[in-house]
Amino acid sequence: MSIGKFLTRPVPPALRFVFGIGSWLLTVAITLVGLAALTFLIGRVVPIDPVLRIVGEKAPQSVYDRVFLELGLNKPLYQQFWEYLAALLRGDFGTSFSTTRPVLTDLLDFFPATLELSSLGLVLGIVFGVPMGVASAYWHEKWPDHLIRVIGLIGYSVPIFWLGLVGLFVFYFKLGWVSGPGQVDVFFQGVVPHVTGSILIDSSLAGEWEIFWNAVSHMTLPALLLGYYSLAYISRMTRSVMLDQLSREYVLTARLKGASELQVVVGHALRNAAIPLVTVVALSYGGLLEGSVLIETIFSWPGIGNYIYSSLFAADMNAVLGGTLLVGCAFVFLNMLSDVLYRTLDPRSR
Amino acid sequence: MTLPTQSEDIRSDLRAARLAEFKSFARRFMRNPLGIVGLVIVIALLVCAAAAPLLATHDPYLPILSDRLSAPSAEYWFGADELGRDIYSRIIYGSRLTLLIVGLVIVTSAPVGLVIGAVAGNYGGWIDRIFMRITDVFLAIPKLLLALAFVAALGPGIVNAALAITLTAWPPYARLARAEALVVRNSDYVNAIRLAGASQFRIVVFHIMPMCMSSVIVRMTFDMAGIILTAAGLGFIGLGAQPPLPEWGAMISTGRKFIFDQWWVATVPGIAIFVVSLGFNLLGDAMRDLLDPHLRQRN
Repeated sequence: MSIGKFLTRPVPPALRFVFGIGSWLLTVAITLVGLAALTFLIGRVVPIDPVLRIVGEKAPQSVYDRVFLELGLNKPLYQQFWEYLAALLRGDFGTSFSTTRPVLTDLLDFFPATLELSSLGLVLGIVFGVPMGVASAYWHEKWPDHLIRVIGLIGYSVPIFWLGLVGLFVFYFKLGWVSGPGQVDVFFQGVVPHVTGSILIDSSLAGEWEIFWNAVSHMTLPALLLGYYSLAYISRMTRSVMLDQLSREYVLTARLKGASELQVVVGHALRNAAIPLVTVVALSYGGLLEGSVLIETIFSWPGIGNYIYSSLFAADMNAVLGGTLLVGCAFVFLNMLSDVLYRTLDPRSR
Repeated sequence: MTLPTQSEDIRSDLRAARLAEFKSFARRFMRNPLGIVGLVIVIALLVCAAAAPLLATHDPYLPILSDRLSAPSAEYWFGADELGRDIYSRIIYGSRLTLLIVGLVIVTSAPVGLVIGAVAGNYGGWIDRIFMRITDVFLAIPKLLLALAFVAALGPGIVNAALAITLTAWPPYARLARAEALVVRNSDYVNAIRLAGASQFRIVVFHIMPMCMSSVIVRMTFDMAGIILTAAGLGFIGLGAQPPLPEWGAMISTGRKFIFDQWWVATVPGIAIFVVSLGFNLLGDAMRDLLDPHLRQRN
């Protein structure tokens, strides 16, 4: 498997480390190329005739031929893919038909809002999910465990976009506790200069606290929903990791030595559970980026999800595929990150 | 009557053993109340789909414009939608579409994954590496987005939606089957058939793939909940079943316009999706507890 086996002498640890990083980077690169290949295939091969999609059914033959050549469809497929890949590496994701801007510019404009919302969701998911999972494992097969498992199961089973609609109906329309769809109220829109793209950071940078609190009230419901969505996964995984840890002998030792229950559970078991949980959190962050697609359309949140959604209706494939590619890259990056964190945190994997 | 020959003896023993195993399985299943709830929900879904014409009170496609958006009542149990169609009847008929999508996805994705995984595990080497790399690429991509892009390219529709979900659903099966194949590949019985001259095809199809079945079934039950949610999401975005089909996700999408004034139009189909996917999740949980060999050892 590794290059090390071609060497006759034993490999020094430093060199093995370099080989490890190298083969790991290669894996990531292959995954990214595969991702690009998939979007390439979806964009160029799946529609029966990509030219017809652009020029329409009634275009004269001369227009058809010109577009055919412009798209480079006369070249062999591998060459087309190679050019596509080269364009992607230059940051050229094509032009969006609906906004007539480069797709990458659009994506970078919309991405911070998605990142803001899903990060808040993740924080909520961790803050509530981890303690719930710990409690569930501690009172294994008792009523708190059953209750928390049911809460998690509901989170797994409920269509999140529907929950968003019902939430809007109850908490915005009926109770008036939160603000409705959108990032801020209409008359606040575009007031704050666009610096980071995150409305909370931008408004506090500008010192516009009224807008800040307005944004908070708009954000509460979608962030809570995304938090619930990730809580279901995080609490379930925390539970199973903690169940494993609590059954270990060091827990018994700690108890025999007179450690308090809090110290045993949080200081010993949770500390050991933290390493696998890092992976869980990274994975659920990826899930949130995806879950935000549906949530954003419900809450008219100006993020990637909404961008993809509106591009779908403009039949703007460049934008749809660009968005897919971006979120896919974020996925791969998160997987990579969780790998690195796991390796650095767990002394056994060194 | 003839004296039972030895082979018939073995056969009846086998049958008795299978029956006993099934009985013990059923007994352990009955001890899990949540699993029973899940089973009841799934059976109810099947009954709804099979007996839709009997259960429905109205024609699910017939618009009665004078009754549009009417509230739940004795006439319209769950109210009427924006064209005056009975929501209850549409939910009942919608169960057929849900089952259709789930069925299409399962019968395509599980065999594809199974074959890819079993072949990769059985042959090893380069075939294994290439197949598993492809599987990893698919696993690394957000499922809903991939399905979305795929349907956007193919054009909306129920079959295309099912195809798109299949495209994202097969990799876990390939992983499962490969892991199982790696274990079985060098076992004595497979070596024995190999020595007896069985072809690779025969080994993969008749001797390796059956060994993967129990983990595949557990995985399938879990997957169904996810498939239902993804299909509903695609329907909600407008890429799944097209009007006037009573697909639940699409029904939420039309009800979205009336959420503040006629809340039932969007709420009721959502409850249906929730209940059904909860049912599959509960059933999947129970099945895993029963069939997963790792868990069984621990208990």
